[in-house]
Amino acid sequence: MTAPGSGNRIARRLADNRAQGRRSFIAYLTAGDPDLPTTIELACALDAAGVDVLELGIPFSDPMADGVAIQASHGRALAAGTTPRAVIDAVRRIRERSQLPLLLFTYLNPVLAYGVDAFAGAAAQAGADGVLLLDLPPEEDPSLLERFLAHGLATVCLAAPTTPSRRARFLAQRTRGFLYYICRLGVTGERDQLPPDLPEKVAALKQAADIPVCIGFGISTPEQAATAARFGDGVVVGSHLVRLIEQHGREPGLVRLVAERAAQLAGAVHAVQ
Amino acid sequence: MPTASARVPDAAGRFGPYGGRYVPETLIPALEELDQGFRRAWRDPGFRREYRRLLADFVGRPTPLTFAARLSAETGRRIWLKREDLCHTGAHKINNALGQVLLAKRLGKQRIIAETGAGQHGVATATASALLGLRCRIYMGTEDMRRQAVNVYRMRLLGAEVVGVDSGTRTLKDAVNEALRDWVTHVTDTHYCLGTAYGPHPFPVMCREFQSVIGREARRQILAAEGRLPAALLACVGGGSNAIGLFHAFRHDPEVRFFGVEAGGRSLQPGEHAARFAGGKPGVFQGAATWILQDEHGQILGTHSVSAGLDYAAVGPEHAWLRDQGRAEYLHCSDAAALRAFHRLAECEGIIPALESSHALGVLDEVAARLPAEAAIIVNLSGRGDKDVAEVARLEGAMR
Repeated sequence: MTAPGSGNRIARRLADNRAQGRRSFIAYLTAGDPDLPTTIELACALDAAGVDVLELGIPFSDPMADGVAIQASHGRALAAGTTPRAVIDAVRRIRERSQLPLLLFTYLNPVLAYGVDAFAGAAAQAGADGVLLLDLPPEEDPSLLERFLAHGLATVCLAAPTTPSRRARFLAQRTRGFLYYICRLGVTGERDQLPPDLPEKVAALKQAADIPVCIGFGISTPEQAATAARFGDGVVVGSHLVRLIEQHGREPGLVRLVAERAAQLAGAVHAVQ
Repeated sequence: MPTASARVPDAAGRFGPYGGRYVPETLIPALEELDQGFRRAWRDPGFRREYRRLLADFVGRPTPLTFAARLSAETGRRIWLKREDLCHTGAHKINNALGQVLLAKRLGKQRIIAETGAGQHGVATATASALLGLRCRIYMGTEDMRRQAVNVYRMRLLGAEVVGVDSGTRTLKDAVNEALRDWVTHVTDTHYCLGTAYGPHPFPVMCREFQSVIGREARRQILAAEGRLPAALLACVGGGSNAIGLFHAFRHDPEVRFFGVEAGGRSLQPGEHAARFAGGKPGVFQGAATWILQDEHGQILGTHSVSAGLDYAAVGPEHAWLRDQGRAEYLHCSDAAALRAFHRLAECEGIIPALESSHALGVLDEVAARLPAEAAIIVNLSGRGDKDVAEVARLEGAMR
């Protein structure tokens, strides 16, 4: 399998951070929630707030791996008329203003409906840097992942607490950009505590291949983010930011509020030595 | 006619381009474990014996193959009804639920979860869980809970917890999403007893094997009664478990034609039906590649059917493959035609069919017309209509 070029923004940002001994902070937003113009403003503000990578969710009608907060945000984005084509157009407009690494995060069916090559070509041309398909285990369709890689897009794989060590090696070798470690059983969403087995699980993954491991699912506070960051190369926060949009989506101060919270989280992650 | 001779699915759960295992990473090890556990159990004479014993003593198998004399006189064909409506709990769903719960117990799981649409699979799973002493939780769309209130109460009587699902369209697909979310969270001690020949591998093949008792019995029974194979098999298709259960034993009999019937709903406008082959296209949904009702952006469309059990946006992957092979044909039946067939069977044969099965009966004249006089047709009467009586009365009251 080919690697995305060294110009890939996700791979480069994670490698640069790693070289400096710095952890990465990855934020998730559902594109189109509350609407795409706001998503574009949020993305640029998150860049300024110190976010290292933005995962941009393309809304899907049946997000079976997501918890209530992100499900509801997919619903709001779809109700606002958000289509995959419009999300790619928003990527182009973000890219005109920012070099923030962008990872498209979605389910397989919208990509199949668009056409895999057409989607990969349009996404890469607009300035996206990678894709993560929640319901596509890599062995299910290796040629599909190759087609994304051919367009220079990093194809990020997931690993889970249930993943046995042989499969962890397979996933660590297959992933591009970073390996996303789902640190707990369950769907996305905020939780009170980090799982106790986190350090050993992440250590095992890091042994499996020399690729950055970023930790997500259920991380919401700066304290949790800092704790998780001690064990991995990066930390993902999604539902917590999406919840802010749910609560304050139509208020004029929304972008500043989300950026401030992201800055706190990024600061906590970046402070880890 | 081409024969479906290739062995499907392959080791990866593929029926040609359909099937597979499109799920979040967390579930992959559980599906591996289930696949291995199922294959081992299915080869184990002890497991097979225990399963057969329960089908006989608890479910009441074999179910009869009833000659429908008056329907035969009306159609000029010899119509036989495979009486899955006489199974304990009132539908074929118990064959699969019992097999899976027995397997879950063997695998050391302590908790069973399931989705249900019409409530028949929920009742069957709650029943099997009660019988075998496992905790049980059923997810059901709140719209379906309204349509099938009696089944909700039956599940609770059987000791199951019924959880209403208020997201999306509040029907079967939303209940499946919620069951998958539960399974991702509790995967180590929980078995997800998926109710139809759908979902990620190994569910479609496992469900087919547990349901194939229907066709094995029917083949033996019709040979004994008619001294020949039937010209056609006719079954409704939601996910498609009763249909595949009937078809499978006849797969090497090319002279037997297979007809599946989807829900034609109010019309073939998007959102008004569940006829995936008439209004859908290939895609990936809830674990499988298959034919799906979706919009141009790949969003899953809402569905409608008078029958909650057929009200689903995707069809079992083996049916998509049988259709591609030209081995099976798929028709659709409107709500109105299904309701007419519901009354016809009740008045003509003294059997109140489930609204799901009424869809198969609703195209009986159309299928009969394609076959020579005196041809034998087996209709799978997948369930009984007791659960639907109140809803039919409500609908027809509203129509009057």
